[in-house]
Amino acid sequence: MIGLYRPGTSLVHRAPALLKLVVLAVLMVLVGVVADPVLLAGEFALVLALYALAGIPPLAAWPQIGPILWILVFAVPVQVLVAGGSADGWTTAGLMAGRLLVAVALAALFTLSTTVTAVLEAFQLILRPFRRWVDADRVGLLVALTIRCIPLVAEIVREVLEARRARGAQASVTALAVPVLVRSLYAADAIGEALAARGLDD
Amino acid sequence: MTTAGIRFEGVSHGFDENPVLRGIDLQLTERRIGIVGANGSGKSTLARMINGLVTPERGTVTVNGLDVKRQAKLVRREVGFIFTNPDNQIVMPTVQEDVAFTLRRRGLDAAEIAARTAEALDRFGLTALADRPAHRLSGGQKQLLALAAVLVAGPSIVVADEPTTLLDARNTRLITGLLVSLTQQVIVVTHDLEVLDGFDRVIVIDEGRVVADDLPPVALAAYLSLLA
Repeated sequence: MIGLYRPGTSLVHRAPALLKLVVLAVLMVLVGVVADPVLLAGEFALVLALYALAGIPPLAAWPQIGPILWILVFAVPVQVLVAGGSADGWTTAGLMAGRLLVAVALAALFTLSTTVTAVLEAFQLILRPFRRWVDADRVGLLVALTIRCIPLVAEIVREVLEARRARGAQASVTALAVPVLVRSLYAADAIGEALAARGLDD
Repeated sequence: MTTAGIRFEGVSHGFDENPVLRGIDLQLTERRIGIVGANGSGKSTLARMINGLVTPERGTVTVNGLDVKRQAKLVRREVGFIFTNPDNQIVMPTVQEDVAFTLRRRGLDAAEIAARTAEALDRFGLTALADRPAHRLSGGQKQLLALAAVLVAGPSIVVADEPTTLLDARNTRLITGLLVSLTQQVIVVTHDLEVLDGFDRVIVIDEGRVVADDLPPVALAAYLSLLA
């Protein structure tokens, strides 16, 4: 969700996030239970149609789908080997790979067409019946901060790795772990202070 | 006695053997006030007290009659705070969402949030960057975003703690120009004396005490002689 959202005005973009989450869940279940390659091909065609409807080129999902292919490079041969190299084994392995690709492409479409704010609002809507026990705003803030902190920590790690190289300590785990931990804690403290300043500790 | 403005009365803070602030009495009513001092002089602590981020151990700080210790929530609606590192201030992934985030916490309806967010983005030249990931902005753009996210809430006072320290000369001029142009009361803590051009008053802090408090030329001369 970090910087992947592609602005648009399509039906997919405008649909409520909660509805999209429900549709996503239903399609995921269907993808999971399908055992016929033809039906799976139909689901793949549906995914392509949804991308077209959203006006998002399927290649935009590549950064999320790409890493899955590496897993499949190992998982498919293992699946075939487990099945004794039979034709059924190849079919099962093909189905498994297809299911995974369709599922990731669907999830990517949700990410590409939905803002974090919309997701937070959906969370708050889901949690509304439990408001006596759960503060939906706090949960929303927690999710937002978690998403926000990923690039922040990644930047800290990048800078520490650079500093470690500059000091010729590439092999030292301590020279990576200690500064990353200390700087992350300082950053957490500073973010907490900034949140308080923005009136978010009410 | 007027309640308008910021008032420090007998404020001391920190451990007895190493106090951060000692016996501060100030009334801040001017529109543009600069606070300068060496590292560790206590100027940032002083600025944080205006927003209630730090509460005084002795004495009182009031903002428009509100006590920062007892009425911190109300004080923070009056006082917007800009930090040195805008990265710590950005909560949401995109520019537009971060500006809107402040308003969402105020319980405003969606239409008003959208209108006020669009207005703030336009005012700070961020409209074209509205959907850009906030963490990928340049330093100057991030500080602009931090300023927009603070001002969209409509504070009457803006406190900025070394807002130009991480910026280049061009962005320093940009942020300084914006701070000076604000209609709000602006209090800037800085090491960059050029930022204080056109300010009404400058306070010099040294070892937790106010050692000069005057018009900028007089106070800055005192500060420079302190550094010499």
